[in-house]
Amino acid sequence: MSLTADVQVAARSLAVQLTVEEGETVAVLGPNGAGKSTLLAVLAGLLRPDGGSATLDDTTLFAEGIWLPPYARGVSLLAQEPLLFPHLSVLDNVAFGPRSQGASREESRAEALRWLGEVEATEFADRRPSELSGGQAQRVAVARALATHPRLLLLDEPMAALDIAVTPAMRRTLKRVLAGRSAIIVTHSVLDALMLADRTIIIQAGRVVEAGPTRDVLERPRSAFGASLAGLNLVSGTSTTGGLVTGDGLRLSAIAEESLPDGQEAAAVFSPRAVSVFVVEPSGSPRNVLPVVVSDLEQRGRLVSVRAGHLSAEITAAAAADLDLVPGMKVFFVVKSTEVALYAG
Amino acid sequence: MSTTTRAIRHEIPRWVFVLAAGGALFVTLPLVAMIAQVNWSQFVQLITSESSVAALGLSLRTSAIATVLCVVFGVPMALVLARTDFPGQQILRALVLLPLVLPPVVGGIALLYTFGRQGLVGSSLEVLGVSIAFSTTAVVIAQTFVALPFLVLSLEGAIRSAGSRYEAVAATLGARPGTVLRRITLPLVLPGLISGMVLSFARALGEFGATLTFAGSLQGITRTLPLEIYLQREADPDAAVALSLVLVVVAVLVVGLAHRSRPQSGGAQ
Repeated sequence: MSLTADVQVAARSLAVQLTVEEGETVAVLGPNGAGKSTLLAVLAGLLRPDGGSATLDDTTLFAEGIWLPPYARGVSLLAQEPLLFPHLSVLDNVAFGPRSQGASREESRAEALRWLGEVEATEFADRRPSELSGGQAQRVAVARALATHPRLLLLDEPMAALDIAVTPAMRRTLKRVLAGRSAIIVTHSVLDALMLADRTIIIQAGRVVEAGPTRDVLERPRSAFGASLAGLNLVSGTSTTGGLVTGDGLRLSAIAEESLPDGQEAAAVFSPRAVSVFVVEPSGSPRNVLPVVVSDLEQRGRLVSVRAGHLSAEITAAAAADLDLVPGMKVFFVVKSTEVALYAG
Repeated sequence: MSTTTRAIRHEIPRWVFVLAAGGALFVTLPLVAMIAQVNWSQFVQLITSESSVAALGLSLRTSAIATVLCVVFGVPMALVLARTDFPGQQILRALVLLPLVLPPVVGGIALLYTFGRQGLVGSSLEVLGVSIAFSTTAVVIAQTFVALPFLVLSLEGAIRSAGSRYEAVAATLGARPGTVLRRITLPLVLPGLISGMVLSFARALGEFGATLTFAGSLQGITRTLPLEIYLQREADPDAAVALSLVLVVVAVLVVGLAHRSRPQSGGAQ
């Protein structure tokens, strides 16, 4: 199912055009107050836009003089908080959507059980929402959002309110259920975008400032916000024991967020601040040494950002002066394994 | 929400306790004084007299009907006030809540000029052969008039504090407005609705001024328990005290029952 939308909300100075292709997941990144949640609220039908139009397949969601109410859109919204109905059991929460769409009680419950199974939450079926942990409740909320067979799934920072310990499991669940599904995910996390989205758009002050395949946007940012996100170094490759190996045969040892089987597509992520720059190759310590060529130097206050292709290091201006760095120089980026996080890509 | 950790309470100055105790005493002492006056040896005889039973029965019946009417009209009113935005809404809310602060006798006069024989609506009804004033219907109307604001006020507060986020979720799950109201909004505000109903029932049960003005005091037809008590106060003080105690017990029972049913119906557990 594909979406074409032009959303305008004057009060939030939002004017965003976007498309979501059949089966595609689009990540929306941007600073707080950029209008990301407003965009989702308009698409879900919870907020009236001042102008623009949106079409989902051949259904007009809104346009000049047309307004489809939320219940008729086939668009599910998963928010930061699970918002499970507190007076209904977990099973009835998930069955609510199918039941509201006219399925019988038995059909709805059967459908609900199927989706609870999909998110590995079948054992909570008879519980009350108040008896669930945050992560469990959010998984149930995912099942509830999917049980209506939405043509478009909207996710508004679905992992922001979760405990760090349960985030990987949630991300895995989302990765599985988002596969082949038209979805928009608003997030603050580069990793969410990287892992879940085919394409990424960056919204700043109500305008799309960047759009493209997630990896391109994050590796070659053109906007200030994109750059601050991509401040994180990202090295992709395939997982090996204790780390990853890039296409060029470079090995990086890293701490995996969760155990990864060998040979899987993976990404290593580390902060430029964790990188030290050496002119001579250091040896004899369990660290990652990346031979690079300095492409650019940029002073930011008392720090200097040393760029080398997609990678960057942040060192003090004094250190940069000591090393006598100039573009074109061959140096070594060194980063401790404990500073490198490894994720399934 | 239940927490296992005990929060450290902010300390309250001592004089606050002294004043609070004074207030509690002020409220309970008259009840004690009244109970002390009860003539226990004739208690059962006093409250089972024909006029007493008729008054109690009439009071319970009319208050129950008034409470139902409060729900029928009050729930939609609370919803409109809490969930919509239109010019003049503040004025409408003030008018709707007016009976709350209006002296009941004034309410009775207003009702008389509305539904009475010569009244705005009453004169037309009279033509159709329907006479409302000084009938049991008038008692119910008077009680509903004074009790309705209690339900609207407590339910509107409950609807507002429940917020509309669950309703928004329900709508995105494909639920039409009617379904959202029935399966989400009302169950979520059930505790507020119940306490509103209790308040309305209690207010209807105690209604005196508007009833006397608009419905009069005819035994078995419009003489509710408060009217009966007021009449007996001169003729038979012992009966008045005994019936007052009955009214207190009924009120306590209603409040108690409502509180017992609350945790099961709408709470978090």
